[in-house]
Amino acid sequence: MIGHLLSAADLDRDDATLVLDTAAQMAAVSGREVKKLPTLRGRTVVNLFYEDSTRTRISFEAAAKRLSADVINFGAKGSSVSKGESLKDTALTLQAMGADAVVIRHPASGAPHRLAAWVAGSVVNAGDGTHEHPTQALLDAYTMRSRLGRVDGLRVAIVGDVLHSRVARSNVLLLATLGAQVTLVAPPTLLPVGVDAWPSEVAYELDPVLGKADVVMMLRVQRERMNQSFFPSAREYSRRYGLDGRRMALLPEHAIVMHPGPMNRGMEITPQVADSARSTIVEQVTNGVSVRMAVLYLLLSGGTKEAFREG
Amino acid sequence: MASGLPAHLDASRSDGADARTVLDAGALARTVDRIAHQIIEKTDGAADTVLLGIPTRGTPLARRLAARIEAFTGVAVPVGVLDVTLYRDDLRLRGARALERTDLPDSGIDGLNVVLVDDVLYSGRTVRAALDAISDLGRPRAVQLAVLVDRGHRELPIRADYVGKNIPTAASENVKVQLAETDGADAVVLTQGGTR
Amino acid sequence: MRADTAAAYVIRGARLAGGEVTDLLLRDGIVAERGTGLSGGEVVDAAGLLALPGLVDLHTHLRQPGREDAETVESGSRAAALGGYTAVCAMANTDPVADTAGVVEQVYRLGREAGLVDVQPIGAVTVGLAGERLAELGAMADSAARVRIFSDDGHCVSDPALMRRALEYVKAFDGVVAQHAEEPRLTAGAQMNEGEVSARLGLAGWPAAAEEAVIARDALLAGHVGSRLHVCHVSTAGSVEILRWAKGKGIRVTAEVTPHHLLLTDELASSYDPVFKVNPPLRTAEDVQALREGLADGTIDCVATDHAPHTAEDKECEWAYARPGMLGLETALGVVAKAMVETGLLDWAGVVDRMSTAPARIAGLDGHGGDLRVGAPANLVLVDPRSPWTVEPHGLASLSVNTPYTGLELPARVVATFLRGTPTVLEGKAQW
Repeated sequence: MIGHLLSAADLDRDDATLVLDTAAQMAAVSGREVKKLPTLRGRTVVNLFYEDSTRTRISFEAAAKRLSADVINFGAKGSSVSKGESLKDTALTLQAMGADAVVIRHPASGAPHRLAAWVAGSVVNAGDGTHEHPTQALLDAYTMRSRLGRVDGLRVAIVGDVLHSRVARSNVLLLATLGAQVTLVAPPTLLPVGVDAWPSEVAYELDPVLGKADVVMMLRVQRERMNQSFFPSAREYSRRYGLDGRRMALLPEHAIVMHPGPMNRGMEITPQVADSARSTIVEQVTNGVSVRMAVLYLLLSGGTKEAFREG
Repeated sequence: MASGLPAHLDASRSDGADARTVLDAGALARTVDRIAHQIIEKTDGAADTVLLGIPTRGTPLARRLAARIEAFTGVAVPVGVLDVTLYRDDLRLRGARALERTDLPDSGIDGLNVVLVDDVLYSGRTVRAALDAISDLGRPRAVQLAVLVDRGHRELPIRADYVGKNIPTAASENVKVQLAETDGADAVVLTQGGTR
Repeated sequence: MRADTAAAYVIRGARLAGGEVTDLLLRDGIVAERGTGLSGGEVVDAAGLLALPGLVDLHTHLRQPGREDAETVESGSRAAALGGYTAVCAMANTDPVADTAGVVEQVYRLGREAGLVDVQPIGAVTVGLAGERLAELGAMADSAARVRIFSDDGHCVSDPALMRRALEYVKAFDGVVAQHAEEPRLTAGAQMNEGEVSARLGLAGWPAAAEEAVIARDALLAGHVGSRLHVCHVSTAGSVEILRWAKGKGIRVTAEVTPHHLLLTDELASSYDPVFKVNPPLRTAEDVQALREGLADGTIDCVATDHAPHTAEDKECEWAYARPGMLGLETALGVVAKAMVETGLLDWAGVVDRMSTAPARIAGLDGHGGDLRVGAPANLVLVDPRSPWTVEPHGLASLSVNTPYTGLELPARVVATFLRGTPTVLEGKAQW
């Protein structure tokens, strides 16, 4: 099987659990003195990034290298990508180079789906437009599980610009698959029309949600959105939807605060909250490498999907 | 047939006309005892020795060996688990599998005599992977290998230090070790048909 | 240009839309005789076939001048003939834009030279489709192309004052403004229908209200100034409701629906294959049902293809970067048969009205869309209503391959098309 990871919806509960379990073993390796594994020796992973995202690229690069894969970074700047070569032509080039996996970050929703039709290797969606970012959702679920012991039954509030957020889309799908109860909290302007079909609840007020939340995930909100009248001002946004010390105090004792980064400190989250003991923001980065190792291992080891689950 | 598979492909089937029991529960227990004695003898009373079981069935075998060694000598030998999946060279062919937790004893392995424990020695590739994994985890004084069954057909220059039973086989045959911990009962059976 | 003085043809045993089975003698460009046992020309066996007036398309993008790599007047004309059309109205969004007498006359001339269908140019409403000031509508009307339909299609004439003036101005020469109804402030960056599917796919939404608001506004303006309004490619259930209301008020509004909006839904965007990207976008199953009912009850007057060829480079790419539009000419009749006839919503007489008579009337095309009576121009199509075929993009005559129907089986097939008595298609094959 050549599998792809294009959407969190590609994973059923068994698949998602296998990724998280595998990531836990990968994390154990990351704690050793020798952090490298020979598993993907001789395989080639291409990082095809049409957007600058140093943190995501480095995370995938570290994951691939710890598994001994060869990594080729094909960045948007200074490559044929910036010279107007079409995605299809780039795909054919990667194909000719024998890429076993292509990790793609792209500003257009669905670009990884298109790429998957043109290359023989596995395609991993590392964020496409306002669509999805499935490995972010996996690392978020992993972080919840390692902090709180489970995902099933957790109450998760996802707060902020859901409309433009690929992180939110992937998290809603994956968390629902894993049995969490998701509440989206945002001004109505920043929720998509059609959100009522998602496996989540919607709230317009943050305070009432916090008292029952096990996890609060704050999404990045760009200040420029106020110029398109999504909200009147940064100040009003922060007052209504920002997470500050007062709101953090409303959370149950055990609750954690997450953020996919990069943060807009002072906009959606205050420094006091971001740097608090409840915050998992640094752990999320660490867990990202383990989860991406697991994804690359599971996609690239070949065999059938049935063998995937062989004991 | 419940599984819907032809008999020669059905791994769960061991009582068919083409299955032959090579070791029954009693023989298997005696074999484990014998290996335990050999380990004691060769390692000077199991001093500075740790047992690392290779999942799936190497793990309970290692625990049994440790229990027998302790019964015979009073020495508690540390037992660990070494999952070698990420070191295999046949992942492309066999496909990704769920990983088991690698769990070294508190003693670690540095400077110690490590005895790898597995159920069946066949091509030697699993042991090769285990040796690579060990070298990433530390530096033992020596590494030995204990297997319940050696069925031949080596593809690498690897041999076992302790062999419970040598079973000459054809490549078309399949040796299946069953343990109470994993399979509900103890036995070693030889079946026709399946390769690995 | 081909001579119209071809040989005579006897269409043997065709069934007319009304049910009557008859022979038709085509001679000197007209239906010379009707009856049984006719002779005097090459015989075309039409047993089991329908003889219908040639189809008329109010909305075709022929891409010439400017994008001859996607389609030319000639290749588009061939596709039209194979689809059973004898007249097409060529949209103005060419490069240069058809906003002067010179460009519309060029397109008209290219159509005459190809000679496979009557190509009737549509003129732009505003200079360069920019929506800022009126193009010289009168000069285009007075040109050899005799333009009567004006449209900025691809763009909406969104300025209400400008739209009002355009509606008023074309009354002087019995023109009609064909509006691409899309409020641009509500569709900035839009990629597909706004709803559950766009929310899931993370593609910017094109809300139904952006179409409906403009249709309502324009209907009110047309009623106020007593002008004719034509609404292009109606795509939502709400638009059908507004048109029903406007017609009930006596406002002179006509409307078209495309074959693809009668059959396909926004779920198809899930593949992110831009072959399903079109403007207005594919809508929901509820919209499709309302459009079918609107076409059946006459609220929507006609079917128009919005045939929009695009090159592979413009379609084999990311969804957001792809150009909107689909091929339509060669599949329109089959799709309408599937969506409307097989469902019992229209009979073949109804199909004739919606695909020939009504569009010819709206475009003012004399000689098209009339009954196949003796003395009428011999513009007709022979259709096998029970001959399923499977759409294969490279089997189409268009220079482009962006059909959304690849692999789909359509129930009815065009067997022959005659333009003024001359076969442009025989036995399903183009004659030129």
